[in-house]
Amino acid sequence: MALIETRELQRVYDLDAGRVVALDSVSLDIEQADFVAVMGPSGSGKSTFMNLVGCLDRPTSGQYRLAGTAVESLDADGLARLRNREIGFVFQQFNLLPRIDALGNVELPMIYAGFDRKTRRERALEALGRVGLAERAHHRPMQLSGGQQQRVAIARALVSSPSLLLADEPTGALDSRTASEILCLFQDLNREGVTIVLVTHDAEVGRHARRLVRFRDGRVVEDRRQEPADARSPAPEAAE
Amino acid sequence: MRWIEAIRSAFSAIMANALRSLLTMLGIVIGVAAVIAMVAIGSGARNLVDRQIRSLGANLAIVTPGNVTQGGARLGAGAASSLTDEDAEAIRREIDGVVAAAPFVQGGAQVVAGGSNWGTRIYGIDLDWFSAREWDVASGRTFDPEEMRRGDIVILLGQTVARNLFGEDDPIGQIVRVRNVPFRVIGVMAPKGQSAFGQDQDDVVFVPLDAGRRRLIGRNYAKDRSVGSIFVKFASERDIEPGIESMTELLRQRHRIVGDQEDDFSIRNLTEIANTASASANTLSLLLAAVAAVSLLVGGIGIMNIMLVSVTERTREIGLRLAVGARPRDILSQFLIEATTLSTIGGALGIGLGAGAAYLVAQFAGWPSLVSTNAILMAVGFSALVGIFFGFYPAQRAAKLDPIEALRRE
Repeated sequence: MALIETRELQRVYDLDAGRVVALDSVSLDIEQADFVAVMGPSGSGKSTFMNLVGCLDRPTSGQYRLAGTAVESLDADGLARLRNREIGFVFQQFNLLPRIDALGNVELPMIYAGFDRKTRRERALEALGRVGLAERAHHRPMQLSGGQQQRVAIARALVSSPSLLLADEPTGALDSRTASEILCLFQDLNREGVTIVLVTHDAEVGRHARRLVRFRDGRVVEDRRQEPADARSPAPEAAE
Repeated sequence: MRWIEAIRSAFSAIMANALRSLLTMLGIVIGVAAVIAMVAIGSGARNLVDRQIRSLGANLAIVTPGNVTQGGARLGAGAASSLTDEDAEAIRREIDGVVAAAPFVQGGAQVVAGGSNWGTRIYGIDLDWFSAREWDVASGRTFDPEEMRRGDIVILLGQTVARNLFGEDDPIGQIVRVRNVPFRVIGVMAPKGQSAFGQDQDDVVFVPLDAGRRRLIGRNYAKDRSVGSIFVKFASERDIEPGIESMTELLRQRHRIVGDQEDDFSIRNLTEIANTASASANTLSLLLAAVAAVSLLVGGIGIMNIMLVSVTERTREIGLRLAVGARPRDILSQFLIEATTLSTIGGALGIGLGAGAAYLVAQFAGWPSLVSTNAILMAVGFSALVGIFFGFYPAQRAAKLDPIEALRRE
């Protein structure tokens, strides 16, 4: 059984201007431990797909199973629980809470999972260690560089050992060197067995995944395996 | 999410905008302060009435001489010496419900005992005084009827006077001189403490009415039988009003005042004066209650306003919290707790301010400062309720946010 199974997944928005089919009959499986880049221009449906896969939204029709759970039948609380347990989000703008330190930010998902303070602290430190920021645990987001902030966000996504790490343009706000550091971290995590779905419009970023899915007009127009680019070696355009 | 986390997060959110939070709390602070002060002043006033009744004596009226016109100049109340101890006698005899009628004269005098002396008030009284004022001697004895009749030069000392002239020594049997007249001390009055208006009631000496009239005060009392004022004690509060009416009738008759001629005396109901004080305190309490209600309402609206601003400002935070697994009700309780924390901190500050205000009022009015536990609990309860009530709408708005929309918001 695949980690993600979508069948005829459809999302229709009823806007004032009329019906907009954002996602049209997408059937896709994503296996455990894969690293998938979801690509496409804006308006292609990749964001809608990500929202559905991330359990932030429910499909108009079709089925979606995440780790064996039928998502389309869940209510808001059920979706929240599923997001809490199975999904770690990484956003373009990091979305860290400015008032609390790195450790507190990483602890956040575990607060909603109901872990006690001691467990939270231990696991959050461990997660910060995994992204190489253990010694910055008590820095606030403002005191960290963009790359470091994104690492904190990744630690937050990893802390409750979710089945899926869902990244939405994670390098979009970073310079190219920091971006490849983050991509390198993703590749390392993926080698350790973390399933990653990375949404991007940047082909260069997409090259680092093992599998590439391209959307256009709400449909999958390309789906292929590829040899991932090594984030450690300089990117081609940087070498020129 | 656990309570402790929610409260910690609420504190950090409040501290992040410390000035804004403080200004938001202001309405609650004032409202709660008004509640505290209201309750304190209300009970202070009740206490004042109790004390007045206790120290003056219950069911008391006082008859004082009225104004007098001399050559066109009206000299004001008390200028005349129109009352006599025969008036007192008549009141005692003829008015229903009168328990005691105590005529007295008063003046100031320097009391000398051996090497020390003390300025105090001196009263010439008759035997009804003790029952009218519900005041007896602590040691020694009061005047006997024979001494009263003769106007003997014997004296009773108030506690303050006894202490200042004799210290620890027993003054009974000693001689004190007042205006060079040697008086023998026959008793020391029981302590009465402060009057409701803050006077030391024990700073006083008593002599028989005739002795006082002839030897000490004299000057105003042209007629030999005249007195300064008369305390009239009734059996019950019900008797006071009709008693005052018939006393007026009686005294007009005795003083030969006819038709629309002005009374040459006036009668005041002292219990009523106490009640008037309590009534004005009640008015003040009512005013404070109105201030409290309006402030709490305005404070609540302020909290609602600032929470709505906060929800808008923190939309992305809400989106993120939803994304990492917060349920809508977690968001609801987070903002509700934040609003309640805000209003409760305001309440705590208000309790401090209100207690301070009540203390000041008590200092100026000479009342005991009474900030009761009940008032504090009530204030805390009120402020928490305001937080919950006015925080609910913003919190609900936060909880209803769509995570996708919220995450996208700048």
